[in-house]
Amino acid sequence: MMDLDPTEIFRQEAAELLETLETVLLDLGQRPGDGDLVDAAFRALHTIKGSGAMFGFDRVAAFTHDFETAFDLIRKGRIVADHEIVTVSLSAKDYIRTLIEDPDSTDAIIGEAIVAELHRLVSGLGSGGAGAEAHEPEAAAPPAEASPEEAGWAIGIAFNPDILRNGTNPLGLLDELRDLGPCEVVADLGAVPELAALDPEHCFIRWTVRLHAPCPREAVEDVFMFVSDEMTLTIAPLGEAAPDAAEAPMPAAQAAAISAPPARKTPAAKTPVPAKPAAGEAPAAERPAPDKAEHNRRSDDKGSTVRVQAERLDELMDRVGELVIAQARLSQLAHVSNDLAIKAIAEEVERLASGLRDTTMGVRMVPMGTLFARFRRLVHDLSRDLSKPVEFVTVGEDTEMDKTMIERLADPLVHLIRNAIDHGIENAEARAAAGKPATGRIELSARYVGAQVLVSVQDDGGGLDTARIRAKAEENGLIQPGAALSEHEIHQFLFHPGFSTARTISALSGRGVGMDVVKRTIEAMRGSIDLTTVPGLGSSVTLRLPLTLAIIDGLLIRVGEGRYIIPLSAVEECLELTPADENRSRGRSFLSVRGELVPFLRLRDQFDAAGQPDPHQKVIIISTGEMRVGLVADQIIGSHQTVIKSLSKLHADVTMFSGATILGDGSAALILDVAQLVGLGQGRAETDKTMEAA
Amino acid sequence: MANILTVDDSPSVRQMIKLVLGPAGHQVSEAADGSEGLGKARGQRYDLVITDLNMPVMNGLEMIRGMRALPSFTGVPIVFLTTESDDAVKQEAKAAGATGWITKPFKPEQLLAVVAKLVR
Repeated sequence: MMDLDPTEIFRQEAAELLETLETVLLDLGQRPGDGDLVDAAFRALHTIKGSGAMFGFDRVAAFTHDFETAFDLIRKGRIVADHEIVTVSLSAKDYIRTLIEDPDSTDAIIGEAIVAELHRLVSGLGSGGAGAEAHEPEAAAPPAEASPEEAGWAIGIAFNPDILRNGTNPLGLLDELRDLGPCEVVADLGAVPELAALDPEHCFIRWTVRLHAPCPREAVEDVFMFVSDEMTLTIAPLGEAAPDAAEAPMPAAQAAAISAPPARKTPAAKTPVPAKPAAGEAPAAERPAPDKAEHNRRSDDKGSTVRVQAERLDELMDRVGELVIAQARLSQLAHVSNDLAIKAIAEEVERLASGLRDTTMGVRMVPMGTLFARFRRLVHDLSRDLSKPVEFVTVGEDTEMDKTMIERLADPLVHLIRNAIDHGIENAEARAAAGKPATGRIELSARYVGAQVLVSVQDDGGGLDTARIRAKAEENGLIQPGAALSEHEIHQFLFHPGFSTARTISALSGRGVGMDVVKRTIEAMRGSIDLTTVPGLGSSVTLRLPLTLAIIDGLLIRVGEGRYIIPLSAVEECLELTPADENRSRGRSFLSVRGELVPFLRLRDQFDAAGQPDPHQKVIIISTGEMRVGLVADQIIGSHQTVIKSLSKLHADVTMFSGATILGDGSAALILDVAQLVGLGQGRAETDKTMEAA
Repeated sequence: MANILTVDDSPSVRQMIKLVLGPAGHQVSEAADGSEGLGKARGQRYDLVITDLNMPVMNGLEMIRGMRALPSFTGVPIVFLTTESDDAVKQEAKAAGATGWITKPFKPEQLLAVVAKLVR
């Protein structure tokens, strides 16, 4: 039955429907007021009419239409179907059957008579109504009486906002317009509300379309046939004035041209972008751009300079710090506000504040050369006193750092250079025996690495004597004899308080005060110190320092109720502490990061946080040099520009925190001391390792 | 191509729609009344629904309202078949959530044109 004759289906269906109709009509004769019966009769007629027309039974359709019209009055409750009506209806039904089954055997006259009778009964409106008066098909096709307009149409389209609700796709309609001919489509975003108030299921965009096609106006109207009552549509011949401005306002500034096809569905609710910063104004960089600072300095060399007292610069930096905090609070406020003007101002202030911060920091930047110059004399004197000829080389004097950083760096560097000459460079005989030039070489260098500065002191001496350091450590009871330690780990003992391997205490070094102080000073500057050595060829100490002390980029985290800042420069990555990790690490606190075991600390335990931990704990991997430690927090809030406030003297003995800062909402957050935590984590790891071994 | 649901108590109309849209590459499912149509709509997503208004058990208007209440049916075009050029009927159906209409009797080209208009 693949190729069912559609008319056969109609015949079958009509036969069934007519049977139903007969039953219904007979029932109606007994229960004239029954609305359900009237509905059922009406439905049957309606279907016969619709299908009949579609399958070419035009006479059926025409007659049923008139029958239906009469019945509609009954359905609407105007008349009660009395006995007479039922009788005429039954004969009408019979007539329909004849029309379907054997149309040639009957005459239209009979049908007209039946209809006239029905009409007389239901309305008294008299006869007539027969025929097909209401049967002009309401064609969807555009009428052919085209009045081709010369160029095309300027079309203004403004839908009711809830146009999308009923499944109308405005873009489809625009596409349909484009099917008529080439279009220039311009979207007007003027009525689009701000993002927070934007209902994505509403359409606020208006369009103006310039359609270049000589199609009739009706063709354009037909496109919007289904939605004509849910929109404002203006159609004007091209070349005439633009569509009525009142109906489709189109301020040039707010109109965003969209190239055909009009693709974007999400309206871009943009406030006007603030004008670009004036030329010469520092761009809002994330951190002071060294080359920019250098450029400033160079140009200053040519132009005039102003000497300013250092305290004033500190004061300026303080004020800028306060400003950055105040600005952060403003931004936070603006973020939750719906006021576009406030948002615009907050953005402007943020841009200015960040520019001011960079400029101020740039002003405080001093080239390392001023510091390096001091050491020439030191090296000269030491080399004479120790009778070790030394060549002093400096590299990267142009590298700039915050003025206070450079000052605090002076003492540690003195220690390191002294050590290098005293312990590093061998005496003349040893050098000769090793085949090295008689003159030793010490290189002091500085260079940028990301947001940090690396300062290193390198000598070409004998290198560290690992065995001796180890012996000394065992002697001092720092390690068990025979403990398995890497060279790197052994070298760390040099930073241990009171640790000295110098066989004789010279006037300059060997007292064991020095390296531990250096380490502590550098860490207090949020820097790190690292030591590398090649036996026979020399060793080098590298200091890794932030560019400035006053402001850092931090990662804001939450542990329990408290919020804390981790200096971003120390953060390597953030992970989720999976339940598997947690289970595997029971009692051992080790995490496998790409195959490498990293010890981790639960900050909740460290800070005695109250309450239940969040279900998905986060791990932030931090590092100093080669040491890595994971910190487990409840939540990672995001990066946060942090103005560092030092802790008061009362808190001088607080470990784990290097300072505090004020957050956008006015509350305080403590800044974690990365070096301390890494040390703690690694120390914990050592204990765990030995426990495991035991 | 498009997944289309036709709801009509008349098998011949459903047959007609199937005969026109099937060869045009559309997948046509059938339902005999509003209640059945709504049941199908709950279980599956359609790209277009073509429905009659006068049907037993549940009429077209009720079904359209029911479909519009389904989260999966926001934005799905629903067209109704009408023999009445009466604007009031169109208004009522549109208020219920219909997207457009096709006037009965329709020629295959008209049906295809409306489907092309709504399914893009």
